[in-house]
Amino acid sequence: MNKPLPNDYSAWPDANGRFGEFGGRYVAETLMPLVLDLDAAYAAAKADEGFKAELGSLRTHYIGRPSALYFAERLTEVYGGAKIYLKREELNHTGSHKINNAVGQILLARRMGKTRIIAETGAGQHGVATATVCARFGLPCVVYMGATDVERQKPNVFRMNLLGAEVRPVTSGTATLKDAMNEAMRDWVTNVADTYYLIGTAAGPHPYPAMVRDFQAVIGQETKEQILAAEGRLPDAVVACIGGGSNAIGMFHPFLTDDGVRLIGVEAAGHGIETGAHAASLTGGRPGVLHGNRTYLLQSDDGQILDAHSISAGLDYPGIGPEHSFLHDVGRAEYISATDQEALAAFQQCAELEGIIPALEPAHALARLPEIAREVGKHGVVVLLMSGRGDKDVNAVAEHLGRRI
Amino acid sequence: MTTARIDARFAALKAQGRAGFVAYVMAGDPDAETALAILRGLPGAGADLIEVGFPFSDPMAEGPPVQRAAQRGLKAGMTLKGTLELIRRFREGDAETPVILMGYLNPLDTWGLEPFARAAAEAGVDGLIIVDCPPEEAGPLVAALEAADLSLIRLATPTTDDKRLPAVVKGTSGFVYYVSVAGVTGVKEADAAAVAPAVARVKAASGLPVAVGFGIKTPERAAEVARVADAVVVGSALVDEVAAGLEMNEDVTTRVLNKAAALAKGVRGAREGRKDGDG
Ligand SMILES: Cc1ncc(COP(=O)(O)O)c(C=O)c1O
Repeated sequence: MNKPLPNDYSAWPDANGRFGEFGGRYVAETLMPLVLDLDAAYAAAKADEGFKAELGSLRTHYIGRPSALYFAERLTEVYGGAKIYLKREELNHTGSHKINNAVGQILLARRMGKTRIIAETGAGQHGVATATVCARFGLPCVVYMGATDVERQKPNVFRMNLLGAEVRPVTSGTATLKDAMNEAMRDWVTNVADTYYLIGTAAGPHPYPAMVRDFQAVIGQETKEQILAAEGRLPDAVVACIGGGSNAIGMFHPFLTDDGVRLIGVEAAGHGIETGAHAASLTGGRPGVLHGNRTYLLQSDDGQILDAHSISAGLDYPGIGPEHSFLHDVGRAEYISATDQEALAAFQQCAELEGIIPALEPAHALARLPEIAREVGKHGVVVLLMSGRGDKDVNAVAEHLGRRI
Repeated sequence: MTTARIDARFAALKAQGRAGFVAYVMAGDPDAETALAILRGLPGAGADLIEVGFPFSDPMAEGPPVQRAAQRGLKAGMTLKGTLELIRRFREGDAETPVILMGYLNPLDTWGLEPFARAAAEAGVDGLIIVDCPPEEAGPLVAALEAADLSLIRLATPTTDDKRLPAVVKGTSGFVYYVSVAGVTGVKEADAAAVAPAVARVKAASGLPVAVGFGIKTPERAAEVARVADAVVVGSALVDEVAAGLEMNEDVTTRVLNKAAALAKGVRGAREGRKDGDG
């Protein structure tokens, strides 16, 4: 049927939710009818003017869009290469890009008549975004969060509680994001009649990767308009960090057919790729099946999923959204990595030079910026996606710097 | 496709006018040798078919008992290759009891579907249940298994509606597994009254025997389900015996086999005194 042209990278997924060989719907039979329903409901909503109007209004008045595209003069000066712009998703309501997706999906859940919302969260940003929209629309909310992450992201746990959500610490497996996702899937399969699973990244069974991407693509669409207005041209490169890949794909997707724009994703290299303690699925993993989709995964020779490691809870995931696996294999996007230490240094430098405290996640993208700016060179333009603010990370960073607060 | 051992077993059960008891155990739980001793003892304890779970790090459809069993298996070093070795050794002493492997796709995918299927057939496996591989994604797996004369046992669930059911059971062989609760293994309890019409529906659509599992923990509940289904699957209650044996420092094999015997008794006695055969 509607197989996209091989070189039109923006036309995927196909009707089966495939991005090339990646993606799909690898879920238990109990969930299969629900996933198909969701696909149909999302297709209908996407085509509905009322849905678009409601989403547009919430984006403007609740999230505070469009987010600024800011010329980072001092970073530009220090790196001595391309002009650097920051796409300021950290200025959104709740402090990250995660709210873009949460607002879109809560509207869909309401249209579908669902009365209970569940979510998984790593850094807690998606949990906070979900708890926020649930409060806004008066729906009960349960957030699964790895017990390890509950410890390192305490402020966000409290925020979710303030917003009326129940945070359930997950102790199974390795007690991080992947286990939180397992537990959310188990909840969904148990509460099929009333529950909507609001996945926080561009991964999971189809239609989630495409749907989350569409809700996040507002980032790239605005960036395109804003950079044309500011510079009269498209950027030479856009750079974003990669956890599950939702902020990055939101930026990349509107640029996929603009051949001159390099798309650069930065994975978390943890203690270093060579140590094995990292979260770089594309750099250090191979294709497999987890959480409903075929994608690159960190895994053993026997096909067991390995623990990821990153200083940043939001990047600490052994998989990646399937569209990134596709863009990696066809060579349209480039994927590099930054270590914990590099991210920490970039975190501090951005705070000191620009007066912006980034989240640890985009600090990974910031860490690779000096090389990219120099590669692109003096007359070029680079846009970095500042996916979230660092308030949630100040305790963890203080600890790493040996400071007590 | 030949599903000789499975078909022969269901034909024999039918002739005896009773439902079968399917025992689920986890490979390598708590270690390879004990798991082998349990496997070897199960037919004697009354298991008519055996499901062997192969451990996976992220068993999304399992409740706590089977999750913990998989963790114990992994900790003991069990792999998919090790699981086949276990079955090969079991087959040295048992050529009749059907063995179904149950687990998740990624370990098979890592091995390579075709070489895995050949190795599984050689080891004496009869069929597979792959929880995260719905019909829509099963094409490559079905092809690989068919080439090796193995069945892919399909799962039907309370959410599988009439529209979807024909696609779910299409081209399937051996038997169909009816998941009697919407949920993970070992948490909710199956409602025997709701199971009867569902079994009839799945049987009509597939023309195959129907085994019912998820949420059956006691001999009493097993007996209830055995009155309306062709086979009854119990897993969590058996792997919990491993956990209890370890905790209380008792012989794990004995505990599991005693539990299996009690469940088998429930299943076997379920239709006694009823003259209406197997319906
Ligand atoms: C600020 C921020 N950026 C990035 C991410 C990574 O997620 P994704 O790759 O889906 O954008 C997270 C996840 O929690 C986050 O909080």
